[in-house]
Amino acid sequence: MEEQAPRKIMFVNRRAPHGQIYAYEGMEVVLIFGAYDQEISAVFLDDAVYSLKKGQDTSGIGTKEFSATFRVFEAYGVETVYVDKDALEQRGLTADDLVMDVEVVDSETIRTAMQNQDVLLPF
Amino acid sequence: MLHIVNKSPFTHVNMKTCLTFAGKGDPIILIEDGIYAAAAGTAMEGMVKEAVASHPVYALDADLKARGVDKLLDGIKVCDYAGFVDLVAEHRPQSWL
Repeated sequence: MEEQAPRKIMFVNRRAPHGQIYAYEGMEVVLIFGAYDQEISAVFLDDAVYSLKKGQDTSGIGTKEFSATFRVFEAYGVETVYVDKDALEQRGLTADDLVMDVEVVDSETIRTAMQNQDVLLPF
Repeated sequence: MLHIVNKSPFTHVNMKTCLTFAGKGDPIILIEDGIYAAAAGTAMEGMVKEAVASHPVYALDADLKARGVDKLLDGIKVCDYAGFVDLVAEHRPQSWL
């Protein structure tokens, strides 16, 4: 088969972590994509910033706590993780509240990055 | 009547609608993603402060802990599952789904 250049793929996360399955599924698909030679990035908008919040303990609701797993993104070849600055501020959060180092950026930066992708995958 | 809100105030108008139709002094309990309304320092603070001024507002402890929300607005009462059952037994529940 003819070899293709890596494609630029961005995961667009918008959901809070525990009320719906989207956030967890999105994270799993990112890890699966780590097996392929593609240019992967992820962006966290709206309530998805809550997925990255420190101090989550789901023992009382009987579900899996997966916030720590985001920290392996870099090892799985995710080159960039953007977090929307406005989404953080609206929720009274700062970069210090998050489980890992991310690029906290404005909407213009995210808009430009989205325009530059080959594929956007929404979760 | 006990008003139950389980959606994030950032993605749904459920909390706002609940406050429009809740009777004076009716208790409100925030569960699941609804507990994000209980956090201090958010853009929803004004709305929730008004709610706390005219209703007892509870937030379910297990859902707060699951989401790592530990800085709460003044006046929010933290409630465990047994307390939730007591509230439901005492007041007719209305879920704003």
